Amino acid sequence: MRNAFADELGKIAEENDKVVMLSADIGNKLFDKFKEKFPDRFYNTGVAEQNTIGVASGLSMCGYKPIAYTITPFITNRCLEHIRDDLCYQEQPAIVVGVGAGLSYGELGPTHHSCEDIAILRSLPTMTVLCPGDPMEVRALLREAVKRNTPVYMRMGKKGEKNIHPEVPKLEIGKAYVMSKAKDIDGRLNDVCLLSVGNMLQLSDEIHKELEAKGISTTFVSFHTIKPLDSEFLLDAFQRYKVVVSLEEHSLIGGLGSAISEWLVDNNVENKLIRVGTDDRFMHEAGHQEYARQKLGINKEVIIKRIIERLDASQSKN
Amino acid sequence: MSPAVNNFSTYSASRYIHGNVNDTIEILKQLRVQIMNMSSATGAAHLGSALSCVDMIASLYYNILDIDPKNPNDPDRDRFILSKGHAATALYSVLAFKGFFDKSILSEYSQDGGRLPEHPGPKCVPGIEAATGSLGHGLCIGAGIALAAKISKKNYLTYVIISDGECNEGSTWEAALFAPAKKLDNLIVMVDYNKWQATGRSNEVLGLHPMIDKWKSFGWNVYEIDGNNVNQIVDTLSKIKSSIRTNQANGKPSIIVCHTVKGKGASFMEDDNNWHYRAPTPAEIDLVKKELGVE
Repeated sequence: MRNAFADELGKIAEENDKVVMLSADIGNKLFDKFKEKFPDRFYNTGVAEQNTIGVASGLSMCGYKPIAYTITPFITNRCLEHIRDDLCYQEQPAIVVGVGAGLSYGELGPTHHSCEDIAILRSLPTMTVLCPGDPMEVRALLREAVKRNTPVYMRMGKKGEKNIHPEVPKLEIGKAYVMSKAKDIDGRLNDVCLLSVGNMLQLSDEIHKELEAKGISTTFVSFHTIKPLDSEFLLDAFQRYKVVVSLEEHSLIGGLGSAISEWLVDNNVENKLIRVGTDDRFMHEAGHQEYARQKLGINKEVIIKRIIERLDASQSKN
Repeated sequence: MSPAVNNFSTYSASRYIHGNVNDTIEILKQLRVQIMNMSSATGAAHLGSALSCVDMIASLYYNILDIDPKNPNDPDRDRFILSKGHAATALYSVLAFKGFFDKSILSEYSQDGGRLPEHPGPKCVPGIEAATGSLGHGLCIGAGIALAAKISKKNYLTYVIISDGECNEGSTWEAALFAPAKKLDNLIVMVDYNKWQATGRSNEVLGLHPMIDKWKSFGWNVYEIDGNNVNQIVDTLSKIKSSIRTNQANGKPSIIVCHTVKGKGASFMEDDNNWHYRAPTPAEIDLVKKELGVE
């Protein structure tokens, strides 16, 4: 995803001379082309994330569109107060981009993991929270983010993510994107709705295909915007489907699953939700992303089993 | 990557009218009473902090800043950020006296529904460039504004007042590293070095001394003055302004270490850290008025 980000950034910067890239000493060679083409619009702000955000705020106050970028926990937890006070409170439309969200940097260990960022950033007033699902969505959402006149946080994967979209989709911030509508299976249309967040898109696609192969009609959605929450979509989904599943490489505390839970309570909607996310603990052994997912509760077979069990339970209830 | 070179050699004489120093000294007496009245009326804290830096703020707005109160959003204006936002009463008072907004609004300070919160809110009134309150933010924002000027090749200058206590914050030193690295010679900082912070002497809480050496070693042009002396403030700022305009700042940002007295202006408040928290009684304000020779 980071390559798509850098490439799309270059294209956007050609069209928009207000885009300024602030990298907190990250992205070896990633921004070489950008630096060459736009030398006065790229700044290495050093391993100094609080100042990076403050500088972004100042630039934004003067009409520039700054993008502050580094590894997710560093551009979020480390400088949270600066995001809150300098961007959100003052409604400065800068874009904060976290690369390697969730467990993308698995092997580097928990200091480089980020399973709390959605929880924290969505609690900030005026903040928009975006989670592109594949490199195509990175391109689409970055363009939309640049148009936004309030602060934006975008958490993306790192590298090697498969493109699930065949081409760059037309995405709208705040509107869930239906990747694939449930097929009519024996006259049943609406068994399960999968709401996939960010870099879970590939795994969610696999789950979707396996469910359909088992005769479970499944709608597969990229729920790329956590804030603002697509309430209209959720209202329809919770009426239409027997089971709704949120899937995120993020703690079960505070991510999309929690946001939907809050929404269920506030809107008095029947709970048909299964939440998939990471356990409330750190990993204490070495391991790459896939291993980390398994250790922290994101396991395809278990997820599918949970969905089938819940579906059976809901069917026997009826 | 170095920012674009400034075109300072084509900078024409300022179209802004600046006052004379004696007038500033005179108006400061009224400003001090105004600030004390605001503290007394509300019981709000931070009076001592506002009094230590009001000379600097007044000097900026009356004698130095190229800014028009009637045109506070002019993109070419000089910017001032009060990073020590808890001294807001000093900034609000100066802005009101200079005509950025009506003086009557000063009575809304710290009132329910009022436009003047105890720390400046985002554009809460015309003239407020940045919302501050948590220490260690204003200098970073100021650096961003100065950088914007470089990118857009504009000549405006960015001034920031920070407190000595604020030099405890890591983000202050991040900005201190950043500004010289990006050659932000259009950034001018003043440290309100009143030697107190919330709970103790600022040289004892954390090792701020030697302040001058620290900033010099970070690559700043460093000056040192009596920060309650308007003549020194204006002279030094004028010198810095001129050196920037004539490309003699060596690509370095400037910082003035301003030795000040917390609670300056009232003999019984000076250097007494109780006035970080205490608000004066009407009788105490009358005393001050007598001392200053204000009606």
